[in-house]
Amino acid sequence: MAGAAKAVLVAFATVTAHGAMAQGTAPPGWWSSPGIIGTMVLLGIVLFVAALIITARVSSMIKSMNGLNSAQPEAGPDPDGGHQPEYRLKGDELGGSAPAQDAKQLVMRATSEPGNPLVDEKIYSRTRLDVPQDLRKLVIWFLGASAFWLVFGTLVGEYLGLKFVWPDMDHVSWLSFGRLRPVHTNTVFWGWSSMAMIGLGYFVVARTSATRIYSYRWAWWSFWLINAAITLGNICLMAGINNGGGEYREYIWPVMLLFALGLILTFRNFYATVKRRKIAEIYVSNWYLLASLLWTLVVATIGYLPWYQEGLGETVIQGYYMHMGVGIWFMTFTLGLIYYYLPSALNKPIYSYSLGVLAFWTQVLFYTLIGTHHFIFAPLPWWLQTVAIVFSVGMFIPVFAGTANFLMTMRGSWSAIGKSYVLPFFLVGVVYYCVGSSQGSFQAMRFTNHIWHFTDFNVAHSHMTMYGIVAFILWACIYAIVPKITGREPAQLLVGAHFWLAFIGVFAYTVSLMAGGTVKGWAWIQGVPFIETVIETRGYWTWRAIGGSLMFISHLIFVWNFATMVRSPRAAAREVLAVEPVAA
Amino acid sequence: MINFHKDHANLVNVAFVVFALLSTGIAVAPALTLTETNAPLPDMPVMTAQERRGLEVYVNEGCMGCHTQQVRNIEMDKTWGSRPSIPADYYYSKQRLNVWQQSPSVLGSERTGPDLTNVGVRQASSQWQYLHLYNPRLVVKGSIMPRYGWLFHEVDSADVKPGDVVLPIPADKLPDPGRKVVASAKAQDLVAYLLSLKQAPLPSGVQADAFLRTPGAGGEKVAAAAGEAPAVDGAAVFSQVCAACHQQDAKGLPGAFPALAGSSVVNQEDPTQMIDIVLGGYNARASEGYGPMPPQAEVLTDEQIVAVVNHVRSNFGNNAPPAKIETVKAERAEIAPQTMLP
Repeated sequence: MAGAAKAVLVAFATVTAHGAMAQGTAPPGWWSSPGIIGTMVLLGIVLFVAALIITARVSSMIKSMNGLNSAQPEAGPDPDGGHQPEYRLKGDELGGSAPAQDAKQLVMRATSEPGNPLVDEKIYSRTRLDVPQDLRKLVIWFLGASAFWLVFGTLVGEYLGLKFVWPDMDHVSWLSFGRLRPVHTNTVFWGWSSMAMIGLGYFVVARTSATRIYSYRWAWWSFWLINAAITLGNICLMAGINNGGGEYREYIWPVMLLFALGLILTFRNFYATVKRRKIAEIYVSNWYLLASLLWTLVVATIGYLPWYQEGLGETVIQGYYMHMGVGIWFMTFTLGLIYYYLPSALNKPIYSYSLGVLAFWTQVLFYTLIGTHHFIFAPLPWWLQTVAIVFSVGMFIPVFAGTANFLMTMRGSWSAIGKSYVLPFFLVGVVYYCVGSSQGSFQAMRFTNHIWHFTDFNVAHSHMTMYGIVAFILWACIYAIVPKITGREPAQLLVGAHFWLAFIGVFAYTVSLMAGGTVKGWAWIQGVPFIETVIETRGYWTWRAIGGSLMFISHLIFVWNFATMVRSPRAAAREVLAVEPVAA
Repeated sequence: MINFHKDHANLVNVAFVVFALLSTGIAVAPALTLTETNAPLPDMPVMTAQERRGLEVYVNEGCMGCHTQQVRNIEMDKTWGSRPSIPADYYYSKQRLNVWQQSPSVLGSERTGPDLTNVGVRQASSQWQYLHLYNPRLVVKGSIMPRYGWLFHEVDSADVKPGDVVLPIPADKLPDPGRKVVASAKAQDLVAYLLSLKQAPLPSGVQADAFLRTPGAGGEKVAAAAGEAPAVDGAAVFSQVCAACHQQDAKGLPGAFPALAGSSVVNQEDPTQMIDIVLGGYNARASEGYGPMPPQAEVLTDEQIVAVVNHVRSNFGNNAPPAKIETVKAERAEIAPQTMLP
């Protein structure tokens, strides 16, 4: 973590140095523009949170070292009473001097150094939920497929990141940058995130409605339809069959139709399950889940119908489609998941139910209108651009409502974060929700768009949101729920490794691209020849590839952890039998 | 009053209606207006069948992942076109391709590579386009663009048929000295499409929208421009326009693009021939395998031409007396009176 912080400082020193060199006559008002100030504040927040975590770690380390040193003098005079107690415990009063035995296996783990400051012992999840066999299998299969697509999609992403540095890595048409780029984005969107979301969603609707899933048959159909869509879609893209190059709309319509059918089945299934709920109220999670499924079907329909998409009509739809794909599908659904999994992980209710409802309606109002902010200064109607900018700023309302709600839910349980391997994922996801979304709003402003649009800054933003927010929240939910339904936990050290590699990786990734994007945007404004800006960005691309590699390694660890959590009961049982009674 | 907390049907219905209405207003309605008012500029050349096939290659190879095609109405985009793009520019390139493929998203959202709105003017040499697609680093040293080797065939020198497009690859860069690299039909379509990318002139009497200034940075520049014409940097023009073919070190690419360093034309005392070549193009060295030089009269202003000519004449080991802008003006009037730039 300290390394990452240092990298940031170096990166920003580089930015300023470059800026100073390139500008010559530095434009005076630049640093005081609201978009720039806002972005700097947001970066500061992330650094602040990181510093907070480090300080807490260091102080606990110092404390525990002091504790070790003072262990000896404890036998000295009692500071309170001033007199020597006559009787002291020897430590073997209960067990005697015979070796300890644990015939009934009540002790889960024995250690001689309880306060290891580097890898805190986390609390084991002892809650076992009694889940119908069908539901358990369904959730695990959805999550398993999503884990597969995560590794596949980010392997492709990693490869693409390396191509920026070594463009001549291969000369195979199926692996060329232009064809693989949509394979990466579509796989992590529709494969990893969507499959994980739906799998986790099935558990939420059943649980919060206190009933069983309406139709498992439909659920399995949707599972295979979506997987088929991603498989076929990727083969098409690599073979050079592309819908039109609009981002996230690269699968041709017959392929996307399979995905849409999967979503229709999922929506009908969720709706029918909520309809036969055993409790009067519809829990707020289900608002988000049902709405996002329904809205996404609207978005997909609008995105693929042809009658209004000639000329720049297509561009308006593209802006709408790509932003709704992110905001209405991934963000809305993921928020719904947080409203269930976060309180359940903390074992307390959400801070404010009404704030969740407010965030719901403002989400639909503000998010829907901001798609054109991907085409600021493009030949699209000026009013459309202005509406998009104004409502992008309006996004602060749902974002702050959501962030406040989640942080207030966590308040009072901060100590639990250090003791849990689930909550850090939630914390990072929520902080990125605030930071990544607000950063997007700042980027939509006309001035910041001058500098950052078309540069690598866009790529940094999309990873800050789809990875920092969505992926981290999904991992939090997965680590929260899977042990409870399978009864098997991952190795804590490996969950920690997953967390830190992913966190440091995405931080290095985004900061290097933000710095590189700023340098590049400035050079363009100064009129520096284009190819020089390409050459200048190479260093930042190298850092991006390093960050990306850390992220990819963390995904491999995640898959290992997932396999540990879901391995067959028989294999697990054999292992338990093999364990000798623990001697303390 | 509907109780959303208990009434699932109305919760879902209201959410649906609200979203559908907002989506219609913000996306479908404006898109429909733009579709209905979609029309070409009067002086726009009709897209040929070959160019359209080239557009399909462009889409299927995912070129828009790195290349934009939009000149935004801000000053920094002046590099990419003489005026901001308007909806009519996209009349031919943004029609539905076929049953399976939609209207291509050519505007793009990333500029990892240069904008291509005007690439047919900027890089009018088809030789350069072929070489660049075959191996971008043959002609642009720092490029990170992928090679599109699968759009080309390698054949034995003896098997080259008349009509084949043979790439002028320098002998030491050929994969096999006895063989030649020939462009496939797809590569020819793609190059035809790229060369067709030119900003069409606006109808006479119609004024192009002005470029917006960059706040802060642009302010001073424009203020300076108001006082007197800013000095043109010949080195910048060279690296933006000339270096693509003649290379940054002006040594050219043997067999494809001639060297300017030490060139007899460049080092003439009288700059007239050099200026003529820049303005009107040149094809006198085809016998040596050099491709034709595209005319730059429509690409460069007189000030830019004199600046870049003088840059070349006094650098790269060249040593010739500077040219005067009057010569450029006179030659332009003689060569192509119809292509005067404002």
